[in-house]
Order: sequence, then C-alpha cells, then structure tokens
Amino acid sequence: MTIRNITCILCPQGCNLEVTVDGDSVVQVKGNGCGKGKSYGAEECLNPRRIVTSSVKVIGGEYPLVSVKTAAPVPKAAIWDCMRAINDVSVRAPVSIGQVIVENVAGTGINVIATRNVAKADDMKEKICI
Amino acid sequence: MIEHDVVVIGGGPAGLAAAVAARQAGAEDVCIIERDKRLGGILQQCIHNGFGLHIFEEELTGPEYAQRFIDMAQQWCVHSMLDTMVLDITPDRMITVVNNRDGLQAIKAGAVVLAMGCRERSRGALNIPGTRPAGIFTAGTAQRFVNMEGFMPGEQVVVLGSGDIGLIMARRLTLEGADVKMVCEIMPYSSGLKRNIVQCLDDFGIPLRMNHTVTKIHGKERVEGVTVAAVDQNRKPIAGSEEYVPCDTLLLSVGLIPENELSRSAGIQLNPITGGPVVDESMQTSIPGIFACGNVVHVNDLVDNVSTESAIAGKAAAMYASGMLDESKASIKVKAGPGVRYIVPNAINLTRVDDAVTLYFRVDNVYEGAALRVLTDKGILFNIKKKIIVPGEMQHIKLKKSFLTKQGDIRDIIVEVAGEGK
Repeated sequence: MTIRNITCILCPQGCNLEVTVDGDSVVQVKGNGCGKGKSYGAEECLNPRRIVTSSVKVIGGEYPLVSVKTAAPVPKAAIWDCMRAINDVSVRAPVSIGQVIVENVAGTGINVIATRNVAKADDMKEKICI
Repeated sequence: MIEHDVVVIGGGPAGLAAAVAARQAGAEDVCIIERDKRLGGILQQCIHNGFGLHIFEEELTGPEYAQRFIDMAQQWCVHSMLDTMVLDITPDRMITVVNNRDGLQAIKAGAVVLAMGCRERSRGALNIPGTRPAGIFTAGTAQRFVNMEGFMPGEQVVVLGSGDIGLIMARRLTLEGADVKMVCEIMPYSSGLKRNIVQCLDDFGIPLRMNHTVTKIHGKERVEGVTVAAVDQNRKPIAGSEEYVPCDTLLLSVGLIPENELSRSAGIQLNPITGGPVVDESMQTSIPGIFACGNVVHVNDLVDNVSTESAIAGKAAAMYASGMLDESKASIKVKAGPGVRYIVPNAINLTRVDDAVTLYFRVDNVYEGAALRVLTDKGILFNIKKKIIVPGEMQHIKLKKSFLTKQGDIRDIIVEVAGEGK
C-alpha cells in the first residue's frame, strides 16, 4: 500500500488529499472537503490524464506554426512521448481546424488535431477587410 | 467619410462577442477595427485548453474558442478592418484610423464599443534593480514567440509572478525542453487558478516559492542569473535570505493593465482601481454612446465571462445607435464594500434591465468561512456563505430585477465580505 498526497483542483479551496492506493485500487481518500474531491483523488491516482497542447511547423503557411491538441486526454505518463511525436512532424498549408496532424499519437489511440486554421501564405497578401 | 451603426475597437473575444450581439440586436452595419492581421486577439496564442466550459459546455483551446466567434461574426456579416490602428476617438464618436492600404481615414459611428483588452505589466513597472540584458520577457511575449512564431526565449528560466500566464508558460517551456527553475510569487497566495498550479507546476516538479521575489537581475549582454529573496509581511525583501539562481531567461507574469489610451484621450472616466472605464449595467461609459467590455474594463480570468459581458455591451450599443436605448441616468450606484477590491458595473438603471443584472467583483484577500453580503442603503438583501474566496477568482452575483425593486427606490447597492477569517 502506498500513500499519495495530491492537491484537489476542483475548487479554489485546493484540499490536500491523502490517497491510499493498493495496487490498482484506491483504499481510502482523506482530506477531501466534499464528495467530488473523493472521486477526483481516486481518478487522479489510478488513471491521471491530460490534454496535451503544442504547435506544429507549417510549410508555406501564413503563420510558421499551427496550434494542436490531443483530441482527448492522454495518460499523464505518455505526455513526453506525445511531445516527441508532435515535434517530429510538419504539415503543409492550408490547415483547417480539426484536421488530424498525428494519428494514434504515441500509441495512445488518440489523434493530435489542429486547433486553428492556417491559410496558404500567398492567399493572404493585401487582405485587409474580410 | 465612412459611417457604421456600431464600431467595435478590438477584434479579440470581447470585440467579437460585442459585434455579434450588436448584429443580433438589430444593428445592420457593424464593423470591428483590429490592429492585428487576424481576428481572435490574445486567444490566438493561448493554445492550451480550458476555454469555453461555461458558454459552449466543452473544453476548447484559445484558438478554437476564437474561431467559434469568428465564424459567428462571419455568419452575421460583421465587417472588419484588419491591420488597422485606431488613433483617436472623440466624444461625438468620430474615429480616426490608419492602415497601409487607405492611409488615414475618419469613421463616424452610431455607437462605439471599446474592446481593446489589456497589456502586461513589464519590468519597468516593477523597478527590479540590475543590468538591462536580453532575456527578460513578459510571459505573454514568450507565449507568442513559442506558440505562434516558433522561437524559444531561452533554456534556463525563472518565472516571476504566479499569474495564470506565468504558470501556463512554465509548463509550455518545460514541454519544449527548457529547464524552468522556479516560479516566485511575492504574495502569500497565487493569483493563478488552482488547476494551473497543479497541472502546470506540480505535474512537472516546478517549485512555487510563495513570499519570494526577484531582487536583482545579473548579466551584461544576456541574463546570467537572478537574485531571489524572501519577503516579509510588507513585501520587503528579508536581508540574508538572498539566493543566486543562474538562468538565461526571466519571465514576468506580474499583472495585467487594461489598455485605455484611447478611452483616456476621449475623456472617458476611468476607475482608479481597475484602470478601466466606469460603466453602468449596459456597459456604457461616462460618455453616452461609447460602451466598453472585456479586459479593457477589468481583467477577467475566464473568457466565458468576457463573452457574456461583451454581449451586453454589443446589444446596448445597437440599441443606442438606433435611438432605442433609454437615455435616463443610472440612479443606483454600485459600490465595493469592505473586503471587495472593485466591482463592475458601477451603476444600474433599472429601466434598462430586462430580467437581472450580474455584478462581477474581486475580493482583496483570501477569506475562509466568510460570507458575501449584498446590501442597499435600505438594508441587507442577502448573504452568501462561502467556504473560501480568493482574489484570483472573480466572483459574480446575479441580482433579479424583481428582487431589487422589493425595497422601493434604492440609491446604493454595496457588496462586502462579512464575517472574519482571513
């Protein structure tokens, strides 16, 4: 059995949770001020996940980069592998929001998708009014 | 001369929401003037997620949130002048603009919405002693470099100030391979959201030093290190606590200031606490027909609140432009009582309120087990018990119109923190 101390993020109170974990089950959550904190503590210890956001190089775009995100939260342990995969790719303009940039990133089964539109560089010349 | 029903100055989240709302409220010709090449404002560089939980009920990144509103603006045929700088606004709503294509132009607006957002406080505002080397950035500048332009500001980083942008950038630079040594916060609490402290600092083992500040910057051509010291209760550095931290980059995340050069030169009354225009329930400033919304009024922590508030400004501007806005004076003053640093709006005209008015405010300290009390010159309206209230999280209270008329004609509404427990 191991005890982990984590800070609850569900409200500004920021309760210090003491979570007792036995293998892959949570035995006890202490220090939570409310019921939600209990389930947050358990989830955060057993299966912590994060959305990873970054940017990817664009070739021939109005901007040199396009912002991207994992389409769903990935396991926290996979964050660095996701970053390596994201840094290894580049994409040709135009890019549209939601476009898949990396499929099944770092074997998580989750895609990395674009979060903005990037037009081709030459489409944008002298364009002041839309 | 060009004429528009409503001219919105600034194409960030506030300006976009105001423009869309103005169109929805019947203004036919709405134009956004934006100095950047693109609409979206600062959201374009806020590539992290966490936006839109209230308005769209999903978690979006900044650029995605912006795009939702840009799409709406296009659907509603909002015009925009990009790459265009506003030089001057007069009280009778003549706007002078300049851009590369048309040179200097005058625009006459039926109503104006100020949505210029805010700026970051810089080193000059802090007076940190030391040399003036390269490598000192505001967190937002570094954010633009890393997220939009593809440059790393440095390799070994110290962040001063634990505002949300500083926390977000500590994580972002770490993910891009920098060594973020610490985040120093002069106050005993962080002005950033708890979630950001956990997910940006704790996740990556970046220390957060409360009651610490940077007392000196070292290096001639480039930052070589900073001196970090603990501070006492008066925020004065404690002698003997100094520590030299080698680094090549110092990021400043030490507060935001509403950008009101244009408001000031137009003669709009500003609130000395927020630095933004004094506004009424319709987000109208002290000059009739000129409205303001978003971070130009007061710095928000959630873009959702900016959009909501800006829609009020946009709607009222459309009504003003068509002569539909009741022009009687706002008779109820809204005041920040003990424990409340500032409150928005500053006045209410109940005849212009449809159903309810929402007050946004920040407290001046951390309060545990206290209550928020709403009272008028005729007595207490109600108390709201709060487990914890912190300055970093904006509070809001919705007041029903029916409730406000209950006490008869009231002159003042005051919000204060009641009960002890700092």
